[in-house]
Amino acid sequence: MAKYVIKRVLMGIFSMFIVATLTFFIMNLVPGGPFVAEKSISVAAQQALEEKYGLDKPLGVQYLNYMDGLLHGDMGLSLKQRGRTVNQIIADKLPISCQVAGIAVAVALCVGIPLGCLSAYHRGKWADNVIIVFATCGIAIPSFISSVLLLYTFGMNLKLLPTTGLNEPAAYIMPVTALAIYPTAYITRLMRSSLLDVMGQDYMRTARAKGVSSVKILFKHALRNAILPVVTYVGPMLAMLMTGSFVVEKIFTIPGLGRDFVSAINTRDYTMIMGTTILLASLVIIANVIVDILYKVIDPRIKLK
Amino acid sequence: MSEKILDIQQERLSFFTPAGEVKALNGVSFAMNQGDVLGIVGESGSGKSVTAYSIMGLTAYPGKLVGGKVWFNGHQIDEMSEKEFRKIRGNEVSIIFQDPMTSLNPVYTIGNQIVEVILLHTQKTKKEAWARAKELLELVGINEPERRLKQYPHELSGGMRQRVMIAIALACEPKLLIADEPTTALDVTIQAQILELMQDLRKKLGMSIIMITHDLGVVASMCEKIAVMYAGHIVEYGTTDEIFYNPQHEYTKGLINSIPKLNAEEKERLVPIEGTPVDLLNPPAGCPFAPRCKSCMKVCLSKMPPRTELSDTHYTYCWLRQKEEFEKGGKAE
Repeated sequence: MAKYVIKRVLMGIFSMFIVATLTFFIMNLVPGGPFVAEKSISVAAQQALEEKYGLDKPLGVQYLNYMDGLLHGDMGLSLKQRGRTVNQIIADKLPISCQVAGIAVAVALCVGIPLGCLSAYHRGKWADNVIIVFATCGIAIPSFISSVLLLYTFGMNLKLLPTTGLNEPAAYIMPVTALAIYPTAYITRLMRSSLLDVMGQDYMRTARAKGVSSVKILFKHALRNAILPVVTYVGPMLAMLMTGSFVVEKIFTIPGLGRDFVSAINTRDYTMIMGTTILLASLVIIANVIVDILYKVIDPRIKLK
Repeated sequence: MSEKILDIQQERLSFFTPAGEVKALNGVSFAMNQGDVLGIVGESGSGKSVTAYSIMGLTAYPGKLVGGKVWFNGHQIDEMSEKEFRKIRGNEVSIIFQDPMTSLNPVYTIGNQIVEVILLHTQKTKKEAWARAKELLELVGINEPERRLKQYPHELSGGMRQRVMIAIALACEPKLLIADEPTTALDVTIQAQILELMQDLRKKLGMSIIMITHDLGVVASMCEKIAVMYAGHIVEYGTTDEIFYNPQHEYTKGLINSIPKLNAEEKERLVPIEGTPVDLLNPPAGCPFAPRCKSCMKVCLSKMPPRTELSDTHYTYCWLRQKEEFEKGGKAE
C-alpha cells in the first residue's frame, strides 16, 4: 500500500509537470497579453511593466524562471491583481470555495444515495418514476438557470434567504443547493442503475436463501457492491467543485476561486492562469489516488499495482 | 427415517408478467420422506427450479402461488409470510446454486458469509459461530480452514467455492437441501468430487436432498427417485431404476434416448427431441408434450391425460399408457 501511494505521488508530480509545461506554452500562444488593453497605454509604460514581470525575456527563460519558482512553491505575482501573489489569492479564496463545495457534495451524497436506493427498490412504480423525472431535470437544467430561479423565488419573492455573500448560515442554502443539484441528480441515477445491477446478482439470491432480512440485504450485501460507481464519480467531482463554480459564485457574489479561473483567462493574467490550472490538476490527481485507495478498501478484488 | 418431510399437492404457480400470466407450475404433486434423495429432471423452463424455490419462498414478485398446498417440516408453506419464510430459509431448508463463481458476495470473506447464517438462526456467540464455521469447512473437505475463512471468494477456485456454498447450506443442519444444478458450472473432475461430497454428507447428516439437474448421469448416480418435469407438470415419477429401465412417458423416453451411448456404432448421431418447448404464456389444452410427441393421438391435443399408476412408486401422465391399462383391464374382465 505505502509503495503504491509513493508510486502514485511520483506519477502525480510527473503529470503536474506536463500540465504546467503545456499550459505555459499554450497560454503564450494565444494572441494578446496582460498589458494590451483597449485603451492602449504608452509603449514605455508597457515595456516597464513587462520588464517588471519578466515578460520581456525570451519564452524559454520565462518558462525556466517560472518552473524554478514553482519548485519552491512560489507561483509568482498576479499580473492583474496588483501587489498580490498567486499564492495569497489562492490561500484567501480556496477555503471559501472548498467550504461551499464540501457542503454541496455532502448534501449530494446524503440525498442522492438514498434516493437512488429508493428508486431501485420501487423500480417501475410511481416513486421510481417521480425520482427519475426529478433526476433527469437535475441533470438537464444548467446551474445558471437553477441559481436564478432560486434567487428569484426565495430571495426576491419570498424574501426568505439572503441573496449575496456568505455572512450567515442561511446564506449558504441557495449556493449550496444550486451547486448540489447536478451531483445529486447524477448520484441518484448512478446509484439506481448500479443497485439494480447488484440486485440481479446471484449472491443477492444467496443472501435471501440464507434468511437475511431485506434491510440487512440492502445495507450489508447490496450497498457495498453498488457504491463503487458513486465513489468513482465523487472524487473528481469534489476536486472540480472545490476550485469553485464561476456561475454560482458570480450569481450569489461569493468571493471564491471560481471567478478567478475565468477572469484570469480573459485578462491574460498568466501567473494566475498557471496557478489555478495547477491547483485544479493537483486536486484531481489527489482525488483520484484517494478514490483508488477507497476502491481497494471497499472491494477486495481490486489490486493496486 | 420414513417421516414425511415434504408434501406438495397440486401446486400451481404463475408469474404475472406484463405479457400475461406465465403458468410455471400446473398442478405439481409429490412427497418426500426424511432422507430421500429426489432428482428433478427436465429441460430449461420446465419448472424444476421454480418447484424447489417455491419451497423456500424464493419465487417472489412477480411469481405467485395460485393454488395447491405445500407442507414442509410441519409448516404450511402456501400460507406463510415473508417473515416466517426467513426463519426457515438457511435453517430448515437451504439451497446451493448453479454457479459458485457468482453466488458468493465478492466483498466479504468466506468466514463472514458462513458466520452470518449461523448467527441468524442459532443462539451461538460470535466466537462459537467462527469455531462452527471452521468445523464446517473441514466437513466439506477444505484444507487449512483457518486461512480460508479469512479469504475472499475470488481467491478460491470454482470447486472450493461450491464447497463453501455447501458449508453455508449445511451450517444450521437443514432437513432438506436443494441442489439447483450444483455441478453444471464445474469441470468434470470437480463435478465428481462435489457429488461424492454431497453423498457423504447425506449419509453423515441424514438430510433429504432435492437434486435439480438436466444431467441424467448425475441423477442416476445420486438419486433414489426421479421426477421428470415438462411445462410445469410432473409427467413421470418413479424410482431411478423404473425411470431408466422402464420409461413410460414419451418425453422421458426421448430424454433417455438423447444420452450418447458408450457402445454406439461409430458416427451414430445423437437423437434429439424434435420441436421446441411449450410457450407457458399459452399452454396447450391437452398434454403439454403432445405437439412434440411422436405417438400423439387425437385425444392428447384436447385433454390432459389422467394419472396412470404403473406400480406403487411409478406413475405417469400419458394417454398411451392410459389406453394400454384400459385394454389390459378390458381383457381381464
